Amino acid sequence: MKELEYPFDGEYILKKKKSIKKALLQEDKPFLDKKIAILGGSTTSDIKLILELFLLNFGIRAEFYESEYNQYWQDAMFPNEELENFRPDIIYVHTTNRNITAYPAITDDERMVEEKLSEEYHRFESMWERLSSVYQCPVIQNNFEYPGYRLMGNMEASDFHGRINFITRLNQKFYAYAQSHENFYINDINYVSACYGLDRWLDDFYWHMYKYALAVPAIPELAYNIARIIKSIYGKNKKAMVLDLDNTLWGGVVGDDGVENLALGQEVPMGQVYTEFQEYLKAHKDLGVLLNVNSKNEYDNAIAGLNHPDGVLKPEDFIVIKANWNNKDQNIIEMANELNIMPDSMVFVDDNPAERTIVETSVPGVAVPPMESPEKYIRTLDRSGFFEVTSLSADDAKRNEMYKENAKRAQLMASYENYEDYLKSLEMTGTIKAFEPVYMARIAQLTNKSNQFNLTTKRLSQADIETMAADASYITLYGKLEDKFGDNGVVSVVIGKIRGQILHMELWLMSCRVLKRDMEAAMLDTLVARALEKGITQIKGYYYPTAKNAMVKNFYGQMGFEKESEDADGNSVWTISIDSSYNKKNKVIKVVD
Amino acid sequence: MTREEIFEGLNEVFQDVFDDEDIIVTDATTADDIEDWDSLEHINLIVAVEKKFGIKFTMGEVSGMKNVGEMADLIAQRA
Repeated sequence: MKELEYPFDGEYILKKKKSIKKALLQEDKPFLDKKIAILGGSTTSDIKLILELFLLNFGIRAEFYESEYNQYWQDAMFPNEELENFRPDIIYVHTTNRNITAYPAITDDERMVEEKLSEEYHRFESMWERLSSVYQCPVIQNNFEYPGYRLMGNMEASDFHGRINFITRLNQKFYAYAQSHENFYINDINYVSACYGLDRWLDDFYWHMYKYALAVPAIPELAYNIARIIKSIYGKNKKAMVLDLDNTLWGGVVGDDGVENLALGQEVPMGQVYTEFQEYLKAHKDLGVLLNVNSKNEYDNAIAGLNHPDGVLKPEDFIVIKANWNNKDQNIIEMANELNIMPDSMVFVDDNPAERTIVETSVPGVAVPPMESPEKYIRTLDRSGFFEVTSLSADDAKRNEMYKENAKRAQLMASYENYEDYLKSLEMTGTIKAFEPVYMARIAQLTNKSNQFNLTTKRLSQADIETMAADASYITLYGKLEDKFGDNGVVSVVIGKIRGQILHMELWLMSCRVLKRDMEAAMLDTLVARALEKGITQIKGYYYPTAKNAMVKNFYGQMGFEKESEDADGNSVWTISIDSSYNKKNKVIKVVD
Repeated sequence: MTREEIFEGLNEVFQDVFDDEDIIVTDATTADDIEDWDSLEHINLIVAVEKKFGIKFTMGEVSGMKNVGEMADLIAQRA
């Protein structure tokens, strides 16, 4: 819904929240249901209501637990039947500088301030530790915003007595905890309040009247920032940018003006704007965001523009370059197919409102931010939070390389008439083993991000994964695939629960980057071997349809299972009997297990 | 701005905030007359009224308001 996308009108959202909610719930799309506990150190009522709207817009339908006024610490630290029964998927701790209990006094010496700092920090740390051990779910914690006044003036920042100094050091301690703990995320209200304007954010009217620690009109900014983190945790970030060229990546029209006359580089102000924008875009490559071009241009002109001597982005920075005279919506759909991603994971960046409207109306789900004036391009993209990072894996940085390697594989494939010969020529090696500690984060990430090749779409946290790995009644397998072009990393996850002599497949997923490589057959071979070792005689597979996983509807059938049943919703159950006469299905991947 | 215009604007705000097209407010309307009008919704109402008329109430004014008529009086003085 456009009203909930950046740049949104917060006051409009506040006023219309009831009718916006109705409209969102009427949208015909599948929602991910999540339970969110808000533990507040001040009033949270509207924060909850507005957060609910942004989450719905991201496809997440939240049920809330809300602590009583300022009971965040008590709720967390003491046995709490209501919260335990609620079983939160996410806990959000909304504390602010109003919750700091002991600020330094001007008469304190350095050691006393140190003690206050440590006491304040440990109050929070002990709470996080308890939340993590009791609820085993992600925790989102506010850092602290700056205070509304400066007793000593500028020295508040540099002197250990100063509140700004104290808050800065406390925030640093929070960050150190975040760095060393999985499943713990900082909601940076210090930054958001600065962007909004600290004086307006800290309007004391709202504190004294209603005990809101921020101005009510600022709540949408806060709620959007929280929603960004939550949708990122649940794998709802965008994956790719689709970029126009003329007047988007450079000033001018390369076909008309010629490469030498484009505004790009340090000579003119407008050139500097485009150079900075290109630098901003290029930095996304290291986050694993796929960069692509969608431009109405002669291909040769587009490449010439991208080879501009002052350009930051070069042709090799892009995965797919569509420079032609086709409609842009058509180009986007083809691009999604070539990249093997859904159109709703793409962001279309184009200065031309007419092109944006065409894409927006004919390819539903593509994000189409309003790129209005070049000097505002970065802010518009950045505040939208399309690529909010909640975990950085080594895989992310390599993702662009992997997609490039895929392009090379596609070229090689074209040179083979027989598909199996092509697969053999890839010289693939698969590592298929029970879950290992180094891959837990990646495994959790895959369970939350894989939508298409995913039989049950069961979402698991890292804590769930670790519990299953340690439980002898589960058979867990991860699959890692390498070939002569490169390492694809961990690409498949399989989890089966043993009940008697039957293995029930709770999860079977594979990254689409290794489709049609027989990796699924190799996974089955190893699964059967592990199952036979445990005395299993039958494997039961389950398929639960979603909007995105139709490609694996008959997966178990293709793997030699028999369909046992299918209900009216399309949920199906499949079985296969196994014994030592099982014939291995994979003939092209060398497996290490 | 006439009193009619102020009430026209107030009706629009009340209808939006309480998501009820049928609400018509008068001088005498108070929180008791509108089901969802509790203290938490009150703050949204104030924010929406301020936005609609481009004004800002002080704490003293908000605390002292007894009914919609007094709200309209304050708007008439400012807008």
